[in-house]
Amino acid sequence: MNALFDCTHLNGVLAVAVAWLVIGVAGVCAMRRVELVPRILLPAGSVFGVALFAIAAHALFAPAEAAVLPIGLPGLPFHFRLDGLSAFFLMVIGGAAAGVSAFAAGYLRKVEGEMPPGLVGLQYHVFLASMVLVVLADDAYAFMVMWETMALSSFFLVIVNHRIEENRRAGYLYLLIAHIGAIGILLCFGVLQANTGDYTFANMRVQEHTPFWASMAFLLALFGFGAKAGLLPLHVWLPEAHPAAPSPVSALMSGVMLKTAIYGFLRITFDLLHVHLWWWGLLLLGIGLITGLFGIVFAAVQVDMKRLLAYSSIENIGLIFAAIGLSVLFSSFGMTPMAALALTAALYHVVIHAFFKSLLFVSTGAVLHATSQRSLGKLGGLIRYMPWVAWICLIGVLTSAGLPPLSGFVSEWLLLQGFLFTPELPSSFLNMLIPISAALVALIAALAGYTMVKFFGIIFLGQPREEQLAHVHDAGRWERAGMIWLACGCVLLGLLPAQFIQFIDPVTRQLTGAGLGSTVAANGWLLIPVAAERASYGPIIFLAGVAASFALAFLLVRKLYHGRLRRSAPWDCGFPWLTPRMQDTAEGFGQPIRQIFESLFRVERQLPTPFDAQPRYRVSIGDHFWYWLYLPVAHVTERMARLIGLMQQGRISVYLLYSFVTLIALLVWVTR
Amino acid sequence: MNPLGVISQLLAIIVALALAPLLTGWVNQWRAWLQNKSAPSLLQQYRMLHKLFNKDSVVAVHASPFFRIAPYIIFGCMTLACAIIPMLSTDLPLASAADAIALVGLFALARVFISLAAMDVGTAFGNLGARREMLIGFLAEPALLMVLFTAALISNSTSLTSIVDTLGGRELAIFPSLAFAGVAFTMVSLAENARVPVDNPATHLELTMIHEALILEYSGRHLALVEWAASLKLFAYSCIGLALFIPWGMADAQAPVALLLALPVLILKLAVGGVLLAVLETVSAKMRIFRVPEFLCTAFLLAVIAMLVHILLGA
Repeated sequence: MNALFDCTHLNGVLAVAVAWLVIGVAGVCAMRRVELVPRILLPAGSVFGVALFAIAAHALFAPAEAAVLPIGLPGLPFHFRLDGLSAFFLMVIGGAAAGVSAFAAGYLRKVEGEMPPGLVGLQYHVFLASMVLVVLADDAYAFMVMWETMALSSFFLVIVNHRIEENRRAGYLYLLIAHIGAIGILLCFGVLQANTGDYTFANMRVQEHTPFWASMAFLLALFGFGAKAGLLPLHVWLPEAHPAAPSPVSALMSGVMLKTAIYGFLRITFDLLHVHLWWWGLLLLGIGLITGLFGIVFAAVQVDMKRLLAYSSIENIGLIFAAIGLSVLFSSFGMTPMAALALTAALYHVVIHAFFKSLLFVSTGAVLHATSQRSLGKLGGLIRYMPWVAWICLIGVLTSAGLPPLSGFVSEWLLLQGFLFTPELPSSFLNMLIPISAALVALIAALAGYTMVKFFGIIFLGQPREEQLAHVHDAGRWERAGMIWLACGCVLLGLLPAQFIQFIDPVTRQLTGAGLGSTVAANGWLLIPVAAERASYGPIIFLAGVAASFALAFLLVRKLYHGRLRRSAPWDCGFPWLTPRMQDTAEGFGQPIRQIFESLFRVERQLPTPFDAQPRYRVSIGDHFWYWLYLPVAHVTERMARLIGLMQQGRISVYLLYSFVTLIALLVWVTR
Repeated sequence: MNPLGVISQLLAIIVALALAPLLTGWVNQWRAWLQNKSAPSLLQQYRMLHKLFNKDSVVAVHASPFFRIAPYIIFGCMTLACAIIPMLSTDLPLASAADAIALVGLFALARVFISLAAMDVGTAFGNLGARREMLIGFLAEPALLMVLFTAALISNSTSLTSIVDTLGGRELAIFPSLAFAGVAFTMVSLAENARVPVDNPATHLELTMIHEALILEYSGRHLALVEWAASLKLFAYSCIGLALFIPWGMADAQAPVALLLALPVLILKLAVGGVLLAVLETVSAKMRIFRVPEFLCTAFLLAVIAMLVHILLGA
């Protein structure tokens, strides 16, 4: 155990969390000084994010550290522990928070929210600190307290603009599902402590469970953390909550908070439970892939840019869970090197999703700022007026589409490599199922490309669809700084996968007992997960190849021919009356997807009649789960509440009668 | 890295860049003959490229820099694709940087760039082309990946050179998995290279075009680069097909003489393949755009069947 002021990694991380809390409180103390939060506090918070990133990166290679802090209830102190898994997720939190806070420093300067910036700053920093502490928690009590703090602070951030009814509804839905999930997690800890009454993770780690109880714990964890992460069918809060929250908050919720759910799930499945049953892996793989396909298909038909990104987050979470499932599957058959490969793919995707999704969300924030438009159909052509945002966002878009040589491709590549090892599984049933899963992964990745072309093309390319877009301003200095930090993450993680896998290696060693680190390190710049003749990928050579032929083509064309350029009206097959209204709308671009995957959607169309004076065409796309699952459940709950409500008479005599009857009943039961 | 490897790498790139327009010209010539038209010269593609490079580039007034960068990136992607596909020899130093999955990613990168460039000017046709290109892309890409996966499972490697080494080293026999994969691959190649029945490279009929709609706004050197990249893409796909399904006649690492022999073999194989492509295009009719998903789903299913056949029968 550490003394409180020793210079250890754990104390450093705790110091960052405390610093974030102090920053938050400082914002409230000076509530009247509107400038304080964006000008001083958020940049400071960003610096602490970088510090957290550095400390955690260093702690990855150090032995685990633990501490007991006498806060909380008397006799029930908080246990904290910093090991490889938590250090890795702290890196994710620190890295993304640094960029997002820097962006927020520019963003909150201009936004006129209804909540004063001091309060937003408080919630924001409490949210950050609670995520750090969730990852550090080493007993169920501390974990749940921090988990709830995280849920509540993010709830308040979702309803910052609470006068809009839609936002209040989104906040309510979010809070509801967060708590249903929390019940699952709580019960899961209850199963894990196995009647010992000791809720520290150290105790849970040494318990042996029968397959039944281990499976119960696994399923409860899947339910609880799945609700937070947005797995089907508990995904409905994401597309509501993300658009409601301010963009930096959406960035943190999507980029980082969803990852704490992945953390919790990994902690329980790989660290606290030792056995792995093969059907767990199959279940995870199935749910993950269905979630991924569902998410991306819905993302492709969205017309609101933040909803589109929210659905895209569902897709990415699905892919991460599929990779974890593959890892569980391998580990249940004792194939640890392959389990490590699949887990590396999952963790790689965790990091890059934190970076690129934060980047995309803050880009939508910059666009929202400049145009006050969230609807894709009213944007367009912004690359000419907001070049900074557009070009940096392009990096995020290409990463999200999983294109080489950026980082999105690396995790996809690793995952597909993992699938190619499945013929070695000793079960012919699984051998046949897995190739179909690989096909689904390929389909999801390709659809992500479609969605991202739609996202970028409609917002930034083409002609402005509205008049006022020609006067928008580009992002400010702080906003650019934050975006550049996040974009650098996307690019560097893509170009240096072999180096970055060294940081994942301790985690996979801790969780599965094997790692890719030594294989990868032996091959320098090429990423070779298993053996050179099996597969290799060298993003830097790849980039150099494309860049060299780019440069040679550019120079040779100018040398041998010329570089003359003439500007003229667009050709468009000779059509002279081109207007911006003739471009594809967001609905139009998504139409093929809507037609191909028609059965996944609940489409409501309102077609104009020939006699309408002002013909209107409306189409709304609904989620079947609302109608199949949520509305029936809500209906039943409401009816039960009404039945129970019959007992409430509001008269003291009736209540006394209830007590009397209960007493009689108990007496009868006891004396029986 | 041995000197012979560097030579064969450079030779592969030069051969691809030089022969790609010839292959397109050859297919066009045969198609014209088969359709009872008088055919353009075999060198027509080179003349066209030369003419386009000489012309001024006319760019829409409001086109962004993205529009002007994209042709170079697409050209770069296709050049790299041709560099990593074993066509003359399996001793390619660049091939270690990108395996079969990265090759699919490379094609996807080019597709995303050309689609975004088409959306940049903001014309109705550009958007239409982009949407259709991405539609075909997201259906064709998984199918292509499944074809490559079948080959990868047979050879236990996703590296293209290892795949070709393994497949070329087997005795001459018909493998059911590869037969399915071959059909799937042909269908995907037709779609990816904007050929009949999915698209018609000879048409400018406005409502049916896909590839032509994408590049409608390009002119001069930009158009030349895009067209050259398109022929490189056809060349690359032909070479993948040859490498996977008819890999014989390719040089391996230790034989400089074989490298010299491999070139005429490749040209012969491509010539026959080009004629077959022209025949295939002549006998089929272009389908409606919403029949294309069915066409590509069939390809996808065939590729998955190929994979299952390999896993079940081990052949």
